[in-house]
Amino acid sequence: MSAVETRRPSREVRRQTSHAQERGHRRRIRRDRVLLAVMAPGVLYFLVFHYGALFGNVLAFVDYVPFLGLADSAWAGLVNFEQMLGDPRFWNAVANTVVIAGLQLVFFFPAPLALALLLHSLVGTTVKRFVQSVVYLPHFLSWVIVVALFQHMLGGAGVVNGWMGEFGLGAIHVIGNPDAYKPLVVAQLIWKECGWATIIFLAALSQVDDQQYEAAALDGAGWWRRLWHVTLPGIRPVIVLLLILRLGEFLEVGFEQFFLQRQAVGPEAGEVLDTFVYFTGFANGEFGYAAAAGLFKGLIGVALVYTANRVAHRLGEQGVYRR
Amino acid sequence: MRATYPAWQGKPGPGLRLAKAVALIVIVLLVLFPLWTVVATSLASPQDVIANGGWVVWPERFTLGAYTEILDGGVVTRALLVSGGVTVIGTALSLVCTVGLAYALSRPHVYGGRPMLLLILFTFLFPPGMIPLFLVVRTTGLFDSYAALVLPFLINVFNLIVLRGFFQSIPAELLEAARIDGAGELTMLWRIVLPLSKAVLAVVSLFYAVAYWNRFFEAIIYFNDQTKWPIGTVLRQYVTGGADLSGDSTVTSAPQSTQMAVVVLAVAPIVCIYPLLQRYFVKGVLTGAVKA
Repeated sequence: MSAVETRRPSREVRRQTSHAQERGHRRRIRRDRVLLAVMAPGVLYFLVFHYGALFGNVLAFVDYVPFLGLADSAWAGLVNFEQMLGDPRFWNAVANTVVIAGLQLVFFFPAPLALALLLHSLVGTTVKRFVQSVVYLPHFLSWVIVVALFQHMLGGAGVVNGWMGEFGLGAIHVIGNPDAYKPLVVAQLIWKECGWATIIFLAALSQVDDQQYEAAALDGAGWWRRLWHVTLPGIRPVIVLLLILRLGEFLEVGFEQFFLQRQAVGPEAGEVLDTFVYFTGFANGEFGYAAAAGLFKGLIGVALVYTANRVAHRLGEQGVYRR
Repeated sequence: MRATYPAWQGKPGPGLRLAKAVALIVIVLLVLFPLWTVVATSLASPQDVIANGGWVVWPERFTLGAYTEILDGGVVTRALLVSGGVTVIGTALSLVCTVGLAYALSRPHVYGGRPMLLLILFTFLFPPGMIPLFLVVRTTGLFDSYAALVLPFLINVFNLIVLRGFFQSIPAELLEAARIDGAGELTMLWRIVLPLSKAVLAVVSLFYAVAYWNRFFEAIIYFNDQTKWPIGTVLRQYVTGGADLSGDSTVTSAPQSTQMAVVVLAVAPIVCIYPLLQRYFVKGVLTGAVKA
């Protein structure tokens, strides 16, 4: 009996099962034809603009000449990457990116947490709602507007310098000043996104069990000890998750913000990896080289996100990609 | 404040309350004051603006001159129309495609659903680079076409995940009952799923609309024809770059108030829609954060 069961099916039987599977596929396609039609435009979008672009990364391996097109451009192998590794402009961009990402981590990451704690401690809902509406708003403004607002406020003929003049103080030189550039871009990020980023912290804060506060208060803990021993441990998983996500996207300091202001301070202070890709590709026309730098950054990004998620799982926190 | 504190908390001391109030006022002013001076400067007469050194906090002589000038059929008028058209058409297209894909992927056992979802999630990990995407846009012949501002951003993965998650949370019994009554997938989507999803659809529409309205960079690399520029690109050229806006020499208004009027017009639609949708979007963000 067992011998019969373990024997491999005969060729005839196997052919029939593969036919049956094929019929199964066809039947399922027929069954789901409406759903498949509904999802088709979306699938097509991902194939063309994401997977087509993924394929477009072969640019990194050719000496691309725009009017020849991809097919007729000469194969370059790893030449673009070699050029990149020996290019001080590239390393300058890497250094700026890392410094700005570090500043964002130190100054931008805790800011929404602090603001969320402040908002959470408000008991009156009217005030809380109003402040929330105000601080969420900048998230919806484009970087062009934010940069224009900062120029209007802090520029040479801006509002703040007008006040400084009235009070007889010297003018501050912030806009277009290479030395002030990195703090400036972090301040802009905080102005734009700090309020919006509180949403997730506020949600976590509302989940902390009131009974723990009660117990802590009964034990005589003041607000500082309640914050340290109840609130922060209560939202620790969210903080850790967001921190890991941020580390995974470490190189993603933003593009538009830097694109808009890089000219004003010059590449030495203002170039980040994304603007390096842009200016190499579109201003200098070295498309293959620019694609190589972009691909390099993309691959490091994947590695970082992957590692961050592994670490998250190991720490027992939930990563982004649930398995 | 007559607000009630939890029994265990007690009323915080006056010092702490004062510190909090000051902090909140400062934060609100930091956000609103720059926007306010922009509006005020755009409404001020040229003499006031010049007299005050390029900006005002309160317009003494109120004038709409800056607005009538730039809305008189010039660069800005055209750019606003382009942005408006791209935003309306783009949001509609994005919504249709995202809903279709999200709904199909939310149905259990749909053919090819699982591999498709993995393919989409992978794009989250490895977003298309600027140069390869440029190559795709060139190859697909979208150069100098408004479609270049829409098609490459048709579906946002975050919005897709939010919608799919919401669709999945709709009780399966509802759909099952409809199917027994003979409803097809499209009927179920239209009659049951979409009416239940109004709030989340509002949020996703807002996110798409804001993204389309704010888009400026793509026009720089995809358009040779500057008359097709949307408002963000014009703003970048003329405000942060300081070029002449009116296009002719009869400038009647101080350039500063004209520039600020462009900023106001670029912000205005967002500020107008924002309060209407505000009560929904916290929910939308959190659904996405939990599901993703």
